Amino acid sequence: MSPVNTPVAGGLATGRPLVKLSGIRKSFGPVEVLKGVDMAVEEGQVVAMIGRSGSGKSTLLRSINGLERIDGGVIEVDGECVDPGQIDLRALRQKVGMVFQQFNLFPHLTAGENVMLALKVVKKQDKAATRAAAEAALAKVGLGQKFNAYPSQLSGGQQQRVAIARSLAMAPKVLLCDEITSALDPELVAEVLGVVRKLAEEGMTLILVTHEMRFAREVCDRLVFMHGGRIIEQGPPAELFDRPATPELAQFIGMVEAR
Amino acid sequence: MAYSFDFSSLLDYTPVLVDGIVTTIGLTAVSTVLGVALGIGGAAARTSTVKPLAVVVGAYVELIRNTPFLVQLFFIFFGLPSLGIRLAEWQAAVLAMVVNLGAYSTEIIRAGIDATPKGQIEAGASLGMTGPQIFRYVVLGPAMGKIWPALTSQIVIVMLGSSVCSQIAAEELSFAANFIQSRNFRPFEVYFLATALYLALAVALRWILSLVGGRMFAKGVSRA
Repeated sequence: MSPVNTPVAGGLATGRPLVKLSGIRKSFGPVEVLKGVDMAVEEGQVVAMIGRSGSGKSTLLRSINGLERIDGGVIEVDGECVDPGQIDLRALRQKVGMVFQQFNLFPHLTAGENVMLALKVVKKQDKAATRAAAEAALAKVGLGQKFNAYPSQLSGGQQQRVAIARSLAMAPKVLLCDEITSALDPELVAEVLGVVRKLAEEGMTLILVTHEMRFAREVCDRLVFMHGGRIIEQGPPAELFDRPATPELAQFIGMVEAR
Repeated sequence: MAYSFDFSSLLDYTPVLVDGIVTTIGLTAVSTVLGVALGIGGAAARTSTVKPLAVVVGAYVELIRNTPFLVQLFFIFFGLPSLGIRLAEWQAAVLAMVVNLGAYSTEIIRAGIDATPKGQIEAGASLGMTGPQIFRYVVLGPAMGKIWPALTSQIVIVMLGSSVCSQIAAEELSFAANFIQSRNFRPFEVYFLATALYLALAVALRWILSLVGGRMFAKGVSRA
């Protein structure tokens, strides 16, 4: 089945291809979870990946920065190519930021230290530059005053915003968000989505795996629907929601809207 | 029972006792620092993806943990000279204690490393950090915090175990006690005092280690 390629008219997309996935394959033991996925994301685009659990969307997202080793295909991010034989993924990872469902802040470091760590040991910036970058990143997510707070002293929403700041400080070309509001209490979801919305408006390239359908519809340029390890439909959110072309997507939309 | 206790006869031997205490503290301090450092290296090796390294360290840990400390000490002090390696008493004592604590602390620290949430390692990797950087900056601090009480107990055991080193004439506290009772024939008083001194040393050591651990590894309260 070939993906339905609908021309995309994203708000801030520049037309310059930034992320290109070709023929991505991945198996866990005998189970093939990605069955040759092709996908391209332009600079400035905001793309949401949706689908049932087990459809491969998180695995695909995690393969973009090498957290899942792919079995076949090529990943290209801003000219940096990675294939299954590649061992050193650091060059790729410096171009790709990632925010996780469980925040994954370093518990023994303050919010500021969480942000500064990779600037110091990966980018080898000096102390003053590191501190300034961390302060700016935390201010950007509205937590400038929490520089010295430990993760255990922050709410889930605040922790997730620190995690976003930590990724942003590394100046990635694209930010991957893996169900970043799924572990949050309902009243804390909005503050995190607010930060993501602001990033989208500023032209950050974003690829999100999300179950927040309303958010996806409002903020994303493009929706990618995965089913059974393949992308079976993609296009502008309004189009997909209102006129799903496949029975699988129609059924999925029916399920999430019935919640 | 007409034994009359006489602790005053111990006063003459105060310098011997003080020397013994200082030696015990010195042996413990040096072997703790080196032994824990060895344990951190051993735990890193045992959890690394380099299989041969993990196997070699695993063999070392099992060898040391399944043989008596006294035999390890005798092997180093009496056995190694056959290979031309001659060590002074204190050198042999330190080496035996370091090798012994290194093996036990490898296992203890490994447990702490294994308890690190996988997501934190992934977060480090996705920030572009190398494996060794992730180990040093992300994994090690919280791991040490988690196992610090267990490691403290092991260090106290090694301190008390240093008494075995009197058997190769390392002049630590037990050696001093032996020496004194062989001169004044007051074994009850001497060993009573030695027991009290070991107890005081152990309590003090636990207290100091708890302070150190609180300062260095109490996650989310102070910096690591």
